[in-house]
Amino acid sequence: MARDSQSALVALNRFGLGARGGASGDFLNAASDPRGFVKAELARPNGVLLEVPGLQSTAALGKAVFDYQFEIQQARDAAAKQAAPATEGQPPADAKAQRRNFSLNSIAMDMAPREPPKEAPVKPPENRNTAVAPTEAMRPNAPKPPPAPLNIIQKTFRAEALARLQRAVMVDCGFTERLVVFWSNHFCISANKGGPARMWAGSFEREAIRPYVLGRFGDMLKSVEQHPAMLFFLDNQQSLGPDSRAGKNRNRGLNENLAREILELHTLGVGGGYSQDDVTSLANIITGWTYAGRLGQLGAPGSFVFNANAHQPGAQRVMGKIYDASGVAQGEAVLADIARHPSTAKFIATKFARHFVADDPPPALVARLADVFTRTDGDLKALATAVVDSDEAWNAPLSKMRSPYEFLVASGRLLAQIPNDPGRYLGGLNTLGQPLWAPAGPNGFPDSNAAWAAPEGIKLRLDISAQIASRLADGVDPRDLLELVAADAASSETRKTIERAESRQQALALLLMSPEFQRR
Amino acid sequence: METTMDCCEGLRSSVIPRRGVLLGGASFAAWAYLPKFARAADGRDPRLVVVILRGALDGLATVAPIGDPDYAGLHGSIALSSSGPNAAVGLDDFFSLHPAMPEFARMYREKKAAVVHAVATSYRDRSHFDGQDVLESGFAGPGRVQSGWLNRALEGLPKGERVTSALAVGPTTPLVLRGAAPTVGWAPVALPQAAEDTAMRLVELYQHRDPALASALKQGLALDKAAQGDDMKPKPGTNGAGAMRLVARGAAKLMAADDGPRIGALAFDGWDTHANEGGPVGRLAQLLGGLDGALAEFETGLGARWRDTVIVVATEFGRTARINGTQGTDHGTGTIALLAGGAVKGGRVITDWPGLKPANLYQGRDLAPTTDLRAVMKGVLKDQFGLAEKVLAESVFPDSSAVKPMQGLVG
Repeated sequence: MARDSQSALVALNRFGLGARGGASGDFLNAASDPRGFVKAELARPNGVLLEVPGLQSTAALGKAVFDYQFEIQQARDAAAKQAAPATEGQPPADAKAQRRNFSLNSIAMDMAPREPPKEAPVKPPENRNTAVAPTEAMRPNAPKPPPAPLNIIQKTFRAEALARLQRAVMVDCGFTERLVVFWSNHFCISANKGGPARMWAGSFEREAIRPYVLGRFGDMLKSVEQHPAMLFFLDNQQSLGPDSRAGKNRNRGLNENLAREILELHTLGVGGGYSQDDVTSLANIITGWTYAGRLGQLGAPGSFVFNANAHQPGAQRVMGKIYDASGVAQGEAVLADIARHPSTAKFIATKFARHFVADDPPPALVARLADVFTRTDGDLKALATAVVDSDEAWNAPLSKMRSPYEFLVASGRLLAQIPNDPGRYLGGLNTLGQPLWAPAGPNGFPDSNAAWAAPEGIKLRLDISAQIASRLADGVDPRDLLELVAADAASSETRKTIERAESRQQALALLLMSPEFQRR
Repeated sequence: METTMDCCEGLRSSVIPRRGVLLGGASFAAWAYLPKFARAADGRDPRLVVVILRGALDGLATVAPIGDPDYAGLHGSIALSSSGPNAAVGLDDFFSLHPAMPEFARMYREKKAAVVHAVATSYRDRSHFDGQDVLESGFAGPGRVQSGWLNRALEGLPKGERVTSALAVGPTTPLVLRGAAPTVGWAPVALPQAAEDTAMRLVELYQHRDPALASALKQGLALDKAAQGDDMKPKPGTNGAGAMRLVARGAAKLMAADDGPRIGALAFDGWDTHANEGGPVGRLAQLLGGLDGALAEFETGLGARWRDTVIVVATEFGRTARINGTQGTDHGTGTIALLAGGAVKGGRVITDWPGLKPANLYQGRDLAPTTDLRAVMKGVLKDQFGLAEKVLAESVFPDSSAVKPMQGLVG
């Protein structure tokens, strides 16, 4: 059996989520057939789907979050009414105005913490009788009251996060999970936008990303732009065609947010040849793309609907082409065209190569990937296969930093820690600046060493590594783990550093921080 | 293995800090060990604390054989001296104690502390991990056994009416206390940040392998220091002297309670002094000061229980007798064990001194071990808890019948 340890590192780290510990044999398998090891997952298209009992559809989650927010709103209204010196039988004069400002959004922000819920509450002692209470000296602050029970939004977010993390820690190579994360970040939403976004962050990825990761870009594009989570995140549910029935009746109009990001971030890219007029036209075209609300006037609450009342009537010109179809088909036609645009091919190819190969990807590789994208009409499986088949991907030095997510998941895999609570991962991701499903802007998390190899970030990684090690090093031998991580591809310096560490804890922390573990 | 990945909580202010948490150990609802503690005959309620110093303590630098004519030459610039501004404290006419340990010196004078010198486990190689495995598992060699001798000693105790269990201090139960018998865990408020020593080792690795990361990490560490102010001050959660005291204070409070654990184990890191070990002052001195403070905290915190307490301080192996080229010492063999506590028959340095002449050194490098550390542990367990020699030889320290319990350590 041929054994190529350097290529095994590429297979496991550059393309995958790292070698699993225990008896997985990941490193040996990767070393004996590196490309086959990576590509095996591409042959299982349904393996990308995440179907976990208890995870609900976007519509069901939408209904739940609307109902929940309605209850909150009612409770607040009642409280406000009580507090205000109300005239008998009449609501206070400003009640209506108040309610208008009280957007669902702001209520949700109050209810759902801006950051993902952190903290797994600490495991209580199993026997309270013997659980000797620490004394005041040890506990300078008064004991905290028990945490409030999680609301439906927090519970949902954690369940979705857990499902994703469990998959990531257990999956064979992790290449398809890496693809999911790539596309999910490309078409990101932010759970910090408010209750519905937090509620939908997981179902968005499950429904709009995963089914198309090995399918067509155009299909993913359509699915994403019609997903309630994206429509909410980029405010399209508020956008009204100026000449639509709703637009004329109300003091509101067009919102270009989603249209701009479709062109700038999702398809053509900055400098991809579109103008402000194209943005405005596309914004007009996708007016009416929204989701049904709590009362379900347009359809099942929480499902995508086309609201003809809000749609700007008439033909529009985008990128030099006239789109005169009416209804939702008008927008679908634009998406189908820009998905095939050469700028899109180039933009996607560049981003893809940057993610998997190098911050400054080899131009020849980018050109080849763009060509595959164009020739196959955006076949994302072909794109993924092409990057695995490229010599560049196997020859370029492992110079990229693992993102915080990749780092924490790789640690969990190596230490065989299948989470049954997402708290520690979520906390670690917050600390390291990559809160799950919550990038700072619609351009997603950065994908460069400049972002992840920053001084404070490295120091925090070291602290987190030390913390992981302090909890999990007992009972493992870091020398064995180094074999699982890199075998004979480990540098002699790393090997010596680990062998000479003064404790298992220190050795494990150093292993997790070693270039062999941090770089991909 | 626990199934939650306990990796990421509690850093900085971004996450709820763990404070004074008791982590449940094995289920011990029905465990009825340690009756009022098995010593109805003499009315004692004995306690035992095992302190493990990870990284291999330089025994020759801690309890220096100043009377040995070869000592000063071997330990060179870091050798202790019985005169001068930081003079070592004479324990007898041959051995002197490091000046950073005044509390231990006082206990020794009060005959509540003793030293066992030229001691070692049965392990003769130089790997920390394997050495710690042997020290804690109680087996003759590194065998990756998942239980420790202190836990098996618990199992060997007569069962009684009292429900209690042993105390494991720190985020995980150290191997010495792992096994079938129940334990409770406790960790102090502050979470461990990466120790400075770990960071320095990583900087060195990066300098050889990954200059970009070296530069980033160095800047990150500098930022961190700036944020924390004076980096000489003990920081909570690191392994400084302050942290050692904090850990000991908490453990002592827990063990002083009427229904508290009778047996505890904790570990202090940082004893791997390859470079710039320091003599009467310096890096090792700071660590020894922390250990000394921890022993004093146990004395204070255990209060009336101190009378019946034995603390054993042990390390996986010693260090080379001769200093190396970087004013430190490398991995060696023979070292010391320290005993402290009201129950210790102290005021003695117990040793079969092998001498430090070149021919007497183990492999020409190390203080030759003449006492098996298991004899010390067995002696303490036998005297404190009345464990039978057969149990000690068969289950607590398997296959060790040739190693007889040391007599008269407890009095």
